Amino acid sequence: MRLGNLHRALLALLLPALLATGCVSEPGAGSTDGASGDEIRVGVLHSLSGTMAISEVTVRDAELLAVEELNAAGGVLGKKLVPVVEDGASDWPTFAEKAQKLISQDRVAAVFGGWTSASRKAMLPVFERNKALLWYPVQYEGLESSPYIFYTGATTNQQIVPALDYLASQGKKRMFLVGSDYVFPRTANKIIKAYAAAKGIEVLGEEYTPLGHTEYSTLVNKISDARPDAVFNTLNGDSNVAFFKQLRGSGITAGTTPVVSVSVAEEEVRGIGPENIAGHLVAWNYYQTTRTPANESFVKAFKAKYGADKVTSDPMEAGYNAVKLWAEAVKKAGTAEVEAVRQASGGIALDAPEGRTTIHGDNQHVAKTARIGVVQPDGQIREVWASDGPIEPDPYLKGYDWASGLS
Amino acid sequence: MSGRISLVLCVVLLAVAPLVLSPFRLGLLAKYLCFAIVAVGIALAWGRGGMLTLGQGVFFGLGGYAMGMHLKLREAGPAGLPDFMVWSGVEELPALWKPSANPVFALAAVVVLPGLVAFLLGLLVFRQRVRGAYFAILSQALAAAFVILLVGRQGLTGGTNGLTNFSRFFALDLTDPGGRRVVYAITAAALVLTYLAVKLVVRSRFGALLVAVRDHEDRVRFLGYDPALVKTITFAASAVVAGLAGALFVPVVGIISPALLGVVPSLELLVGVALGGRFSLAGAVAGAIAVNYAKTLFSEDFPEGWLYLQGGLFVLVLVFAPRGLAGVVEAARDRFRRRPREEVAG
Repeated sequence: MRLGNLHRALLALLLPALLATGCVSEPGAGSTDGASGDEIRVGVLHSLSGTMAISEVTVRDAELLAVEELNAAGGVLGKKLVPVVEDGASDWPTFAEKAQKLISQDRVAAVFGGWTSASRKAMLPVFERNKALLWYPVQYEGLESSPYIFYTGATTNQQIVPALDYLASQGKKRMFLVGSDYVFPRTANKIIKAYAAAKGIEVLGEEYTPLGHTEYSTLVNKISDARPDAVFNTLNGDSNVAFFKQLRGSGITAGTTPVVSVSVAEEEVRGIGPENIAGHLVAWNYYQTTRTPANESFVKAFKAKYGADKVTSDPMEAGYNAVKLWAEAVKKAGTAEVEAVRQASGGIALDAPEGRTTIHGDNQHVAKTARIGVVQPDGQIREVWASDGPIEPDPYLKGYDWASGLS
Repeated sequence: MSGRISLVLCVVLLAVAPLVLSPFRLGLLAKYLCFAIVAVGIALAWGRGGMLTLGQGVFFGLGGYAMGMHLKLREAGPAGLPDFMVWSGVEELPALWKPSANPVFALAAVVVLPGLVAFLLGLLVFRQRVRGAYFAILSQALAAAFVILLVGRQGLTGGTNGLTNFSRFFALDLTDPGGRRVVYAITAAALVLTYLAVKLVVRSRFGALLVAVRDHEDRVRFLGYDPALVKTITFAASAVVAGLAGALFVPVVGIISPALLGVVPSLELLVGVALGGRFSLAGAVAGAIAVNYAKTLFSEDFPEGWLYLQGGLFVLVLVFAPRGLAGVVEAARDRFRRRPREEVAG
């Protein structure tokens, strides 16, 4: 037996590892506002690798653009913002680890990050435990309101419920539900079923496929057999490409059976191919075509920084807003210190690319205008319906009788 | 003798780590140690037993979920339901969860459940003389199926989110650095004890028999032993070790989710062992720690391109040191002592 001697291998590895980690200095020495001298550090935590990278990288780009614009305008409280970028690697525990790193080692004033609900759920205890701030920029399934998270994407009553209202107003009585197998689609469909039961809409089928699934012929056959008036699609990521191609191949058209998607934005339309999805519906709060002065300059600045062929989308806009809203709250508080920023945040309003958006002081979501759009052959989305002004966030759907059994 | 001195030094290093590392870095080290515990089991099954197990994440997950379910119930809301059940629309605690409320049951389940699953699987597989690549593929399929099962039953398992948001580990407060230090100490102790226990097994007659089965299964059978049983027991032991690591992972990292148990994480567990050297227990431990440490280091310093660095590291090791770091150390020492190399490490 000679392996006993190999303890030395272990030793040789452990020792430098320990020394190296031990020597990593912990900057900031006690400051909890990310501010040291004339700088304020902010964390940007998205998946730069793995299956979510294709979506999350665009949000990171939008957030970095917002940071750059704030710095160009003289910074916040006269201090320059320094972004610290980390990779969540499409892996939920990694999100938690990097969040902790940004908080305890980089001592950032706030973190902008996350996309999937799973990554947010993994980070939530980290932010609550450290009393640090997370700004989460993606529409999600609601039923959450952490005091240390600001939600700048839509909650269900700002996206899914308006989409259902729109379908109902179009006389759609028979619906088919398709989703990826994870928390957002399952919770969204729970809400849809409660809505359908109350409004006399028939749900003909509810099907889930694993994330990354690409074989949809069986599912498409089920849809053509069921002959629904509309399909409610909560598929996420690559699966949409296969789903829409195979749907089109089966002869189901937007004219007879429109598909309304809640996770397909301009960026995804490019991947799916506009010819495969043109005419179908999407539900968001922002499109690149949204007509506001703020959007004109946002799209222009984004294309100038990242390339004329780039598109802007709802989560990107929500990430961009998050940075700007945080900066407004910091200015109002007069400090980047977390509790002060939270106190100051209620009622902070921004003329964002999507229009006026205001932070709700109690649940830390934002008021947003709901918009239904139709995908155009050129890949852009044309708005066909919008709510009368911003809708107040209601993450637990307390204002809806039919939703009383949900939370 | 020098081996023993090194072991003592390693233990001393693990003991002083809480004094020199920040709570955040200590938490990371504890996480590496969890993977190192799994690595000990893999080195036993793969290095000693020749069973290339690509599904070790399953057993890690069984241990993790057994522990996570209990911790979740301890801090359940007023209705006695874990948070995710509330938002998944589950109104009554499922029968599967009820025994987990008992701490003794939960602690036993952490090791018994993975052990039992591996034992039954081993009996089925090894009796049929499934081995080599076929066994590897089978174990990998098991990991893939397990993930689909967990994700599909959101109300029961928390779906993709898994189980998160633990604030206590029995009497320990996980929100407090002191409590987390104790969790680290438990993890470090578990690694040392697992290492010593597996080492005893390796040095025993059973260990010799296991190597014999690996190198020539048929001959062992002709000698009157039952190779299937030897492999089954070993496989179950490696599963028990993985389950223990999974259970410790829960308080250390504060999450257990399907993302940790699938095909890719199972392979990552294996990569550490391959890098360190699967024939050596210490090498496997060192490899697991080194791989995960490198992952943290690279991804922090090069968030854009760290995967290339990590991949490059693997390629380099495979090209220049196919027997892993342990092989390099051994070769260096042999050259130093001017002794001819032996054919089989051991």
